[in-house]
Amino acid sequence: MKCRVCRGGAVIELRRHNAGFCPEHFLRFCRDQVAKAIAEFDMFTPEDRVLVAVSGGKDSLALWDILTELGYQADGFYLGLGIGEYSERSASASRAFAEQRGLTLVERSLPDEFGFDVPGGAKAAKRAPCSACGMSKRHVFDETAIAGGYDVLATGHNLDDEAAVLFGNVLHWHTEYLARQQPVLAARPGFPRKVKPLVRLGEREMAAWCVLRSIDYIVEECPMAAGNRHLAYKEALNEVEERSPGSKFDFYHGFLRRAAEGFRHSEQVDDVDLQPCSTCGAPTPGEVCAFCRLVERAGGSVPVTLGATRQVEPR
Amino acid sequence: MKVVLHHPRREIDVSGPATVRALLDHLEVNRESVLVIRGDTLVTGDERLSDDDVVELRPVISGGAFARAVPRGRP
Repeated sequence: MKCRVCRGGAVIELRRHNAGFCPEHFLRFCRDQVAKAIAEFDMFTPEDRVLVAVSGGKDSLALWDILTELGYQADGFYLGLGIGEYSERSASASRAFAEQRGLTLVERSLPDEFGFDVPGGAKAAKRAPCSACGMSKRHVFDETAIAGGYDVLATGHNLDDEAAVLFGNVLHWHTEYLARQQPVLAARPGFPRKVKPLVRLGEREMAAWCVLRSIDYIVEECPMAAGNRHLAYKEALNEVEERSPGSKFDFYHGFLRRAAEGFRHSEQVDDVDLQPCSTCGAPTPGEVCAFCRLVERAGGSVPVTLGATRQVEPR
Repeated sequence: MKVVLHHPRREIDVSGPATVRALLDHLEVNRESVLVIRGDTLVTGDERLSDDDVVELRPVISGGAFARAVPRGRP
């Protein structure tokens, strides 16, 4: 197979583009796709300080690498989840990546700071591990981005992630989630601006980016994730994609172009009344936020009351 | 050829020669779900693999399942 650009030997075939690419032109393709997403969805500018949430996996490290290559001011943030050796290896991969490139990695830890880990928290709260993990990450990511004065929080959600979430939301008609499924969520009092610059690239492309850039990422799967529905949706979509290349891209980006606005309008997503959590100050519709309730059930504690940066006006 | 699989990590022997695409079909692996790496180089579906090659099928679905079955014999 030949590279579509230079006719040299291809190392990867992208069937949805009906094209092969050599290493040089594949890397350029990925950079261009991220730049296009940033521009198309007006995510951020070179003047903005970006905090990239990194896990040691391919997507987040590739995102951090690409943003740095594109000249953005991007620091990394790693949150220790206390998932045994998996978390230790994830932290090592994130630290090694930052050290090799002279980048700044901000680190925090659920066990060290809040006194619980994801397996224990999930059990205590009777939540699925991915649910407890996702909720904890959202809370600490938001808090860290705001406290650090970052203009935007970037996550490594890629096209496959977003298509799988959309598939699940459509399958069960979670219209309130469909209304909020956007590559950009604007900043609100107590919440940072959040962006997903990889929405034009699939996870196969992100893994290839890491291989070609010699990024030592965690290949193994999170031991807590086995069997979750999200993965079943990804596999179902890959069955469709194999028979009909381009389907995932059309599904997700067609939703953004043709349907998302309708759900936003009907669900009135920004009208939820929020007040400060009585424990940590983060915005919440109730008296105590979901994260603080999880911490309490898991036997941990929230060590400090947040400063004014996350406070919202009491209703 | 020696084929390195993940989740769990293991090696199997598969008779060659065969194209990458034939190998994936033989192992019932979805092309969208893996990268194929020979040595330290990515290879495309039309690449011909020989009996002497060591090939890694690296899953790309975060946390996902992998090969459903590993048939024996020649692709």
